Amino acid sequence: MPGTAPGSSNAPGRARVWIWLAVAAGLLVYPLLVPDFWVVSVGAQAIVLGVVTLSLTFLAAYGGMVSLAQMATAGVAAYTLAVLSSHSANAGAHLLPWPLTLLLGMLAGILAGLIIGAVAVRSRGIYLLMSTLAIAMIFYYLAQQNTTVLHGFDGIRGVAVPSILGVSLREPRVFYYLCLFIGIAAYLLVVHLVRTPFGLVLQGARDDELRMRSLGYRVTLHQVAAFGVAGFLASLGGILNLWYQGGISPGSIGMTSTVGILIMAVIGGLKHPRGAFIGALAYVLIQSFAVDVVGAHRFNTLVGCVFLAIVMLSPDGLAGMWRGLHTRKASAKAAPASTSS
Amino acid sequence: MKPFLLSMLNGITLAALYFIVASGFTIIFGMMRVVNMAHGSLYLLGAYIGYSVADSSGSWLMGLAGAAIGTAVAGLLLHRVFLSRYQGQDLRQALITIGLSIIIADLLLAGYGGLTYQLDIPDALYGGVRLPVAGGYPIFRLALIGFAILVYLALWLLMHRTRFGMIIRAAVDDRHMLAATGINVPLFSTAVFALAASLVGIAGVIGGSALSIAPGDDVHYLLSSLVVVIVGGMGNIKGAAIGALLIGLAEQLGLAYFPTYSAIISFAIMVAVLAYRPYGLFGRPA
Amino acid sequence: MSTRTFVKLAVSLALSGAMAQAGAQETIRIGGLATLDGPFAVLGQEAFRAMELAFEEAGNEVAGKKIEWVKESSDGRPDVALTKARKLIEQDKVDILIGPVSGGEGLAVKEYAKSVPGRTFVNGFSAAQETTLVSPASNFFRFSPDGAQWQAGLGNYVYDDKGYRKVAVVSGDYSFGYTQVLGFMTEFCAKGGTVPEKIWVPNGTKDFSSAIARIPEDVDAVYVMLGGADAVNFLSQYYQTGSDTPLVAGSNTVEQTVLSTKGPFQRRLEGIPSAHMVAAGLEDDAYKSYVETYRKRFPDGLNAPSAPYYGYYVATKAVLTALEEVDGDLSGDQAKFQEALAKVKLDTAFGPVELDENRQAIANIYVTEVARDDEGVLYNRMVKKVSAVNQVLGQDRAEFTARGVPSRDFPDCP
Repeated sequence: MPGTAPGSSNAPGRARVWIWLAVAAGLLVYPLLVPDFWVVSVGAQAIVLGVVTLSLTFLAAYGGMVSLAQMATAGVAAYTLAVLSSHSANAGAHLLPWPLTLLLGMLAGILAGLIIGAVAVRSRGIYLLMSTLAIAMIFYYLAQQNTTVLHGFDGIRGVAVPSILGVSLREPRVFYYLCLFIGIAAYLLVVHLVRTPFGLVLQGARDDELRMRSLGYRVTLHQVAAFGVAGFLASLGGILNLWYQGGISPGSIGMTSTVGILIMAVIGGLKHPRGAFIGALAYVLIQSFAVDVVGAHRFNTLVGCVFLAIVMLSPDGLAGMWRGLHTRKASAKAAPASTSS
Repeated sequence: MKPFLLSMLNGITLAALYFIVASGFTIIFGMMRVVNMAHGSLYLLGAYIGYSVADSSGSWLMGLAGAAIGTAVAGLLLHRVFLSRYQGQDLRQALITIGLSIIIADLLLAGYGGLTYQLDIPDALYGGVRLPVAGGYPIFRLALIGFAILVYLALWLLMHRTRFGMIIRAAVDDRHMLAATGINVPLFSTAVFALAASLVGIAGVIGGSALSIAPGDDVHYLLSSLVVVIVGGMGNIKGAAIGALLIGLAEQLGLAYFPTYSAIISFAIMVAVLAYRPYGLFGRPA
Repeated sequence: MSTRTFVKLAVSLALSGAMAQAGAQETIRIGGLATLDGPFAVLGQEAFRAMELAFEEAGNEVAGKKIEWVKESSDGRPDVALTKARKLIEQDKVDILIGPVSGGEGLAVKEYAKSVPGRTFVNGFSAAQETTLVSPASNFFRFSPDGAQWQAGLGNYVYDDKGYRKVAVVSGDYSFGYTQVLGFMTEFCAKGGTVPEKIWVPNGTKDFSSAIARIPEDVDAVYVMLGGADAVNFLSQYYQTGSDTPLVAGSNTVEQTVLSTKGPFQRRLEGIPSAHMVAAGLEDDAYKSYVETYRKRFPDGLNAPSAPYYGYYVATKAVLTALEEVDGDLSGDQAKFQEALAKVKLDTAFGPVELDENRQAIANIYVTEVARDDEGVLYNRMVKKVSAVNQVLGQDRAEFTARGVPSRDFPDCP
């Protein structure tokens, strides 16, 4: 029965399903339609950065915690894997089988997320932001200054990407589908998790921590666990990024890269998980093609202006703008028929 | 003994610079709960303006004045146009200032290029003196201590002996009540923001004379101000001084005795303070 | 993004794809990668000036084909340099890529080059030793010496001509610092000099006063390897302590970009010895016209062309020379072109340049001292020329590489 309130009629609901199907189909056939550069350096890179950004968006949207330590967490996983992999400076070293090193990398990242969370959740709001920023800087300087294991300022290069059944995972189409699979899995994980009791407690704590505590919920435990989940997501992104770049260096987790993740999250929309991927795509597009529009010089001004405009005009980011348009159209359609709104 | 004394002196003089840079930040943070992530950009802006004015006029003091006025105007515009309307939305304001910092830094790069600049110190302050035990020491660095004391005293007088300062302290204590007392809070906030910006602009000239001016300084001094203010507590001038002292000494002693990982020390202190005293060593909750 | 911008973007994308097909015969596309952003921004500006001039001197065409120059900017981070290199190669379809500026970026680009053997990569200015010494890429060419080569002649000079026997080292704590120190200490220690103290300062340090405090009192000189703003900061602080222990400079410490910074730190720079692949005050005509051309063409540039300018200039010249040599034939995965490029011998303003078996430059190095010209402007006056310095600094290649990459502890001669 078509309802009279906006958004409850079948038309927008069906439209949403069609949109999702179109997006899914588009993502699947994308590599068949575009040249290799677009497949990997735009498509895969956007998804990879999107997964790292998703870890930030997850914590911000559902935990009320804006963490600037996500790129550092991703870096922990990436560095762990890089150090244990074959790269340009360890020819002839004895290496563990790659599935094991992959697992170790993921575990290192999750552990880092938990430890960072344990420290960070002792603060709130803007203080948590600054605490995580300081933590990120600590990791950055550790990476820059340790020359024996982490190879200091120049980092680790020539990291070998594993092959399965003789096909390198770095093969453009293969890599894209790998990233797509991980990206979708990460997205679905977040969407599912926030509907579980765990997710609901987290959101409750975001909205009213005191009440949640007084109801007997172990808020701190939930929040630290959320950082662990974010660590898991960031590790996925970090490892894919390692394979994409073929290496890692302190610059990957420094100030610019760290703020970059925040920029992507905000541009896409801090309230929706899909905002992470939208923001990452927008950022990658701007980074790749700004030079054709504003010349090689003022890329940062352009990004800064876009970022500023979105924060000031549409704090829900690009995803919010789309939803805003959508609801306005739906309510415009429903309004003439309704008498109660 | 001598290297230790020197390191202590270096730490104190560096702390003096950090204090001057962070003083504006702590006032804004304390009074308006705005984390001004464009603080470093204002430092850089002040340094460049000061350089241009000093270079064309031949006077360091003119450069100082030019920077003070220039950044005050910039701060005024920044607050009026971008921040005032979002009063109360801490995160949003922080994000806005991040965006502004990126834009300002890039425009300064476009305007001044990537070369390093250095302000000419007045002859009276150039060169070194021979100190007992420590040996040769730059006059300007000792002058830094003098500048910091001047700023501290000026701010103390402002805060404790003027009505303006009384209102600032009231805002730090309980800004919601402030509007109820009839103060025009938005106007007042803009004035304070401009004052704080002016302070950091002056700091830029001082830093640009003691050290130099280069792209990237904005990030460096933003981070140092964050650390100082977190450790010292927001809105607290005395806390900022102590925080600056702690950080300055940690950095220089670290560089002297454990150089390889010394850069981590300040951030580790900041994280530790946030974990155990979320409002800083001397701060209070709102 | 407005509709108009979107259309502009879409059109430029479509065109760039279309042009890559249509213009394949008539144009040669050369990509330029330099740091217009980040800590090395001023080096990037010089880099693009050099490419611009080199193309102009060739009339923007080579072997009868038009040159299309595509610029991309990085910021010193290897990740970004890689992304931009990929864009230039895969999206803009450049045939040849000239760049990057910094050592870390160079190492990353070299690894990428291995995956695209059908294109040619020519180094711009990056001077990390391992880029060509360890696991080189067959399509990566470096026409400028590396950071260790840059110091050839300096160790001998300060031992023989200056009489220094004990030198303390203050350097940035990263691989380029280790490399420069290696270049200096190789000669200095071999002669019998000692380095009792090495003070490594982490990147990002602005205040060097405590590092200065650690310099031993009884050394004859202090060797300083810092760049850009760090050099300015160090020199200011050093002189203000009133210390009169003379300095010896690494290549970046008194490089043209530092000498172009006005400030009180300049008062005591005269006489500081250094070494680099470039110098000033040479007598030959090739050099004089090189400098004149730079000054006329770039009135808002530096006092004199800098090292990154020279690096990119030589790289571009080499590419154009090789292209003329094979008549613009880039077919067969550029096999003929790359072969010709490996054999290019250039006569530059700073002497002859040719490549060794790893496609690494063998070139002249100049020992210099900072001097002031008639207009009071500082420059690096040549005092000695070391000819044909190769990457293994005149030693046996196997022995040299066996010793491994330089680090905080290697080389050592306390």
